[in-house]
Amino acid sequence: MMASSYNAKEEDGHHPGSSNHGGTGPSSSKKPDNTAFKQQRLPAWQPILTAGTVLPAFFIIGLIFIPIGIGLYVTSNNIKEFEIDYTGVEPDSPCYICAQNFSWNSTTPCICTVNFTLQQPFENNVYMYYGLSNFYQNHRRYVKSRDDKQLNGDLNNLEDPSSDCEPYRKIGGKAVAPCGAIANSLFNDTLDLSYVESNGTLNSIDLQRKGIAWWTDKHVKFKNPAGSNLSVAFQNTVMPVNWRNPVYNLDPSDPDNNGFINEDFIVWMRTAALPTFRKLYRIIPKKSGAASTLPSGSYRLKIAYNYPVLSFDGRKRMILSTISWMGGKNPFLGIAYITVGSICFFLGIVLLIINHKYGNRSSSADIPN
Amino acid sequence: VPCSAVTLCHGETLCVGEENWVDSRTVYIGHKEPPPGAEAYIPQRYPDNRIVSSKYTFWNFIPKNLFEQFRRIANFYFLVIFLVQLIIDTPTSPVTSGLPLFFVITVTAIKQGYEDWLRHKADCSINECPVDVVQQGKVVRTQSHKLRVGDIVMVREDEIFPCDLIFLSSSRYDGICYVTTTSLDGESSHKTYYAVPDTMAFRTEQEVDSLHATIECEQPQPDLYKFVGRINIYKDKEEPISRTLGAENLLLRGATLKNTQHIYAVAVYTGMETKMALNYQSKSQKRSAVEKSMNAFLIVYLCILISKAVINTVLKYAWQWSPDRDEPWYNHRTEIERQRHVVIRAFTDFLAFMVLFNYIIPVSMYVTVEMQKFLGSYFITWDEEMFDEELGQGAQVNTSDLNEELGQVEYVFTDKTGTLTENNMEFIECCVDGNVYIPHAICNGQILSAASSIDMIDSSPGGYRRDLFFRALCLCHTVQVKEEETVDGIKRGIHQGRPTSFYISSSPDEVALVEGMKRLGYTYLRLKDSYMEILNKDDEIERFELLHVLNFDSVRRRMSVIVKSSSGEYLLFCKGADSSIFPRVVSGKVEQVRARVEQNAVEGLRTLCVAYRRLSQSEYQEACHHLTEAKLALQDREQRLAQAYDIIERDFVLLGATAVEDRLQEKAADTIESLHKAGIKVWVLTGDKMETAAATCYASKLFRHSTQILELTKKRTEEQSLHDILFELNRTVLRQRSISGLSVDCLDFGLIIDGATLSAILKSNQEGTSHGNYREIFLEICRNCSAVLCCRMAPLQKAQIVKLIKASKEHPITLAVGDGANDVSMILEAHVGIGIMGKEGRQAARNSDYAIPKFKHLKKMLLVHGHYYYIRIAELVQYFFYKNVCFIFPQFLYQFFCGFSQQPLYDTAYLTLYNISFTSLPILLYSLVEQHVTMESLKREPSLYRDIAKNSLLRWPVFLYWTCLGVFDAFIFFFGAYFLFDNTTFTSNGQMFGNWTFGTLVFTVLVFTVTLKLALDTHHWTWINHFVIWGSLLFYVIFSLLWGGIIWPFLNYQRMYYVFMQMLSSGPAWLSIILLITVSLLPDVIKKVLCRAICPTATERAQVLFCASNCASILPPVPYRGAVHHLHAFPVLQQNEFLIGPERQERSRKRR
Repeated sequence: MMASSYNAKEEDGHHPGSSNHGGTGPSSSKKPDNTAFKQQRLPAWQPILTAGTVLPAFFIIGLIFIPIGIGLYVTSNNIKEFEIDYTGVEPDSPCYICAQNFSWNSTTPCICTVNFTLQQPFENNVYMYYGLSNFYQNHRRYVKSRDDKQLNGDLNNLEDPSSDCEPYRKIGGKAVAPCGAIANSLFNDTLDLSYVESNGTLNSIDLQRKGIAWWTDKHVKFKNPAGSNLSVAFQNTVMPVNWRNPVYNLDPSDPDNNGFINEDFIVWMRTAALPTFRKLYRIIPKKSGAASTLPSGSYRLKIAYNYPVLSFDGRKRMILSTISWMGGKNPFLGIAYITVGSICFFLGIVLLIINHKYGNRSSSADIPN
Repeated sequence: VPCSAVTLCHGETLCVGEENWVDSRTVYIGHKEPPPGAEAYIPQRYPDNRIVSSKYTFWNFIPKNLFEQFRRIANFYFLVIFLVQLIIDTPTSPVTSGLPLFFVITVTAIKQGYEDWLRHKADCSINECPVDVVQQGKVVRTQSHKLRVGDIVMVREDEIFPCDLIFLSSSRYDGICYVTTTSLDGESSHKTYYAVPDTMAFRTEQEVDSLHATIECEQPQPDLYKFVGRINIYKDKEEPISRTLGAENLLLRGATLKNTQHIYAVAVYTGMETKMALNYQSKSQKRSAVEKSMNAFLIVYLCILISKAVINTVLKYAWQWSPDRDEPWYNHRTEIERQRHVVIRAFTDFLAFMVLFNYIIPVSMYVTVEMQKFLGSYFITWDEEMFDEELGQGAQVNTSDLNEELGQVEYVFTDKTGTLTENNMEFIECCVDGNVYIPHAICNGQILSAASSIDMIDSSPGGYRRDLFFRALCLCHTVQVKEEETVDGIKRGIHQGRPTSFYISSSPDEVALVEGMKRLGYTYLRLKDSYMEILNKDDEIERFELLHVLNFDSVRRRMSVIVKSSSGEYLLFCKGADSSIFPRVVSGKVEQVRARVEQNAVEGLRTLCVAYRRLSQSEYQEACHHLTEAKLALQDREQRLAQAYDIIERDFVLLGATAVEDRLQEKAADTIESLHKAGIKVWVLTGDKMETAAATCYASKLFRHSTQILELTKKRTEEQSLHDILFELNRTVLRQRSISGLSVDCLDFGLIIDGATLSAILKSNQEGTSHGNYREIFLEICRNCSAVLCCRMAPLQKAQIVKLIKASKEHPITLAVGDGANDVSMILEAHVGIGIMGKEGRQAARNSDYAIPKFKHLKKMLLVHGHYYYIRIAELVQYFFYKNVCFIFPQFLYQFFCGFSQQPLYDTAYLTLYNISFTSLPILLYSLVEQHVTMESLKREPSLYRDIAKNSLLRWPVFLYWTCLGVFDAFIFFFGAYFLFDNTTFTSNGQMFGNWTFGTLVFTVLVFTVTLKLALDTHHWTWINHFVIWGSLLFYVIFSLLWGGIIWPFLNYQRMYYVFMQMLSSGPAWLSIILLITVSLLPDVIKKVLCRAICPTATERAQVLFCASNCASILPPVPYRGAVHHLHAFPVLQQNEFLIGPERQERSRKRR
């Protein structure tokens, strides 16, 4: 016990041979500053959460949220959406044969056609999506497997892609462009939509390929390697193993939509958050004269069936949707707003009762001593 | 002591106890070889006198410091995580954990390096102190560290011994010297050491140098009070003389030479081998209760972390059992990976999950806690209210580790003298034959009605006795006079118009008495050539020859002097405690004096009785004979002296009594009352006698008039067995408790126990349990007493008491406060040690965790600072765990949707910066400036302290609440975003978002929720809070805009490019952010409001009360009657308080 009663500090003021005692002299005495901060007396707002203060807030939240929710819900309900699964799992589905007979080696695409009917006309711009299910675009190995420098037109990375792209990095010593698993698995079904007139003639609908990718992606993040000619720029590379066309020939119709800046490619390269996802495929712009973009009636979807999904129990869908300011059809947000608003309103009433009941009681109780 | 100093023994035979020597060393005094033939000269190597307290050298600093740092379990954990990230392919880059770890390690290394540099400097200044060494018959000045074993050292008065020395000779003829060992064991009294008898006659350097001798002694031992050795002195061709050496010959390093001009001594233990250095012990690391809870929480989180990783690993392998899931055609493994064994792959996956979730135990929490403690402690130092003008010093923080422990104190152990009282003795009155004399009598008939105040000139009857009384007090003391010199130790300056002279003594009471006599007309001038000179009231100098001093000891509790007056009379004057004087008195007005003494004792004055005895020539001769015989005794000297004193000190004539006041510290009573109200049990531990201590306790309101006093003293144990008393008291206490039950007006008990009884209780436990466990019964009694007074305590017993309470089954948090060296042991023992920067030196302040100038500052220290620190750090700890649950749990949930592939939900920058910058500053600032209740309320209502007692904010239910809240919020964040993203778009141009937008949305909601949650908890919004909270949110937004706004050339990926902006361009994203934040905060708001409405704590009421008075605009002035009533209670109590307190203070104020 005694042993621990002194320590190295002890000697600080007491040196053998010196008679200077008493530790620190008055020189070190400093009266602390009388500042608000040092004395912890900064002016402060001291709110407290009591039933009384929270009550109005709850009512206000309730009153704001419920209308917002109703607005959202109505908006969402007004959106027209049509979805069709063309995977071809069931034997009676039109794409069953294509799905079953899929082969990586076939050079001619398997074509199947799906007929469907729109009950209601679709006004304004109609957006065409393809949807995949059970496709893990968010798998870590998959998300990582790309080279953003290569995609940005970096010449070094074009011919020597990042090791993140393994095992889709090089084929036979030549760099893959674009490298990586994401690019390799680019969705390559072709969807064509035609309106079936009442007399049975097909009226092909114009599908717009531009404007489906983020503007910044198309113009900044993705860049083709420098060079007068795309095919020359990519001459030292090979295309990904599962592709049928080289990267500089993705869109034969539009030379500006080739290479890394192909919009279909850019859309695919933005990995989806969840295993069931949809991606924007085409835009059907509003026709200036017509009443509706897609009038109600029969339609035929012609599919070049290139993309296998059955091996992993996947599904393929085609979705047609109109868009409001809040995006596609999603009742969740509206319902959630209405629910939360109601709960807040209800809680407000409960608190009002509690405040009445206990506000008086607690004031009469003494502080326990 | 095994060997007596003067026992002679011969070289060949062994001394008593010599066979027990552990290992011996031979010291050659003056490095001289022994004469040939006597014994073999074996030169031995000993360390030099260098003291090394530093830990590192320039070369080993980096490896050693890194080693030390990584021995901390938390640092090691982060290092392992970092290494795992380096080795295996992990979801996050090693930078995310490497950078914070590097930062922490560097900062700590710099701090420790600086501290060690200071230690090097301190060591250096100690080691280079000048020391006088005798070499070749001359005194040579060298540096302390050059001292070697065998060197002969000369030490002057007031110097500190540079190493452990064997005392050879002194400037005093009797071969003794006085030493204080204050810095060693805290005893400030002068101790006597004896020179080796054969060498004590040496006077000069030459003589000392001529000594030819060797010392054999044991190898260094840490025990301060034990030393055995033998000195062999060689004279020309004679048989060497051997003498045993004991602890009374050994002067210890660190002790100070007093009242002796100089001494010669020989070094036997040097440097790190001195007893003091062997006792070097860094203060045992005190850990606060909060830290313990924090570690417990950490372990829980570590378990959660591991189980998360295990669950995910198992699920991963279950899920990817089918190869189409494991390796679908679009997502192949590399060839190397495919060839790896499945067990290795599983283990790697487990590690990867660990890395992914490791942020749940954030490295930044340690940094923030350390910073909070370090910076927060400045508020104590800065506190103006704790600054003492007189001392010129404010509070001082020696360790910041225990700030929050100040808010958890359940027991306060306080010293009395110097802590509760001022230790500023003032002579109040003396009573001669029943007449009361007061120096500078400002007669106030009303107060002193009982005392007949007599002017000095008035020659009342009994004048002779009165003068004799004054002379007795002037002669019967050991006070020394120092003129015109700065004296160390206790300073008592009196300005007389001529050069200042001081009375110094180890006992402040004596000084007060001599000073009091001076004011009554008798001035003690000096002791010259064993004649004591007194200036009497007629300005004549009286000379008395001082023949013998019968020193004070605590057993006899009295001291005497025998003097010969100028008329040739032999007089014995004795002064001492009433209990030790009255039985020896044969005549005098005993009754009147006794009544007065008792009255004074009750008023808290320290009383002494004075008696005398006239000795005839023959009686004196006889006394002389007894004394010299006893002094020369070879064995049992102490005992024989006591016998001799007993024979001489008898047949007294009682002269009178004195009363000295040790005034109560300013506001001591108020402080104790506040502590009581705060639910803190206050124990007074003092070495003082029971009556005085009890009176102080009454005056300081520790005991009230309603307190039922239980006594557990030696007086009672003499009548009854300890067993019976304990059981009887226990019954009393328990009966009372059962009667009063839950009623508020419970009669409170006060316990008085003395040292002897305490040691009996403690000892009983060791002897076995034949009489039951006294210790438990004693603790049971104590638990039911609101106040306990322990008197007659030895320093070690104080520590024992603290230890006893600490070890009792509730493990309460204890605080010890004291000012003297005798309190050091208890200060070190208690959970929190507080030193008062008092008059008895600075030992206590130096060894304490916190030092305050006055006892009254304890109130603010505990009730305000302690309370704040506790709630601040409790919130800090809980909030840190909460925000990391919120942070990591969505990542865990995400694994279920990404095929358990360890895909992180957030971008690397977010992962790294979340704890470092987005959410770090608001909580740090909160934990520095939060005041949930105003300072005034805390001071006014000490009972608020009870709200945080027993670590209430860090109990498991609270922790569970926070964790559940975190998990709930995490679910809201994740599934809110999930349903928003569910298979649809939420942009107005139909474009889709990807996984990084998903993560960014969750992260945005997370940062906002977590920050706003803190905002909801903040009760004290200063501009700093506003700045930091809104600033952090703004910083997050700006950072995100910037991070996504540029293609960063140094990054391999551009995954965040425009993600944040695109998200903000979408209306539903905004709406869902607002919705999710609201939903996440809702349960906490409801819980807060409901708790406050249904069962408000005292703290919450105080908040409302304050609000009602200060911010009436927000709240209608609700009549919280209870609290108002409580506030009024204080003045009412003041009227009822125990009468002695204010009256006493009133009186002393008037006298001054």
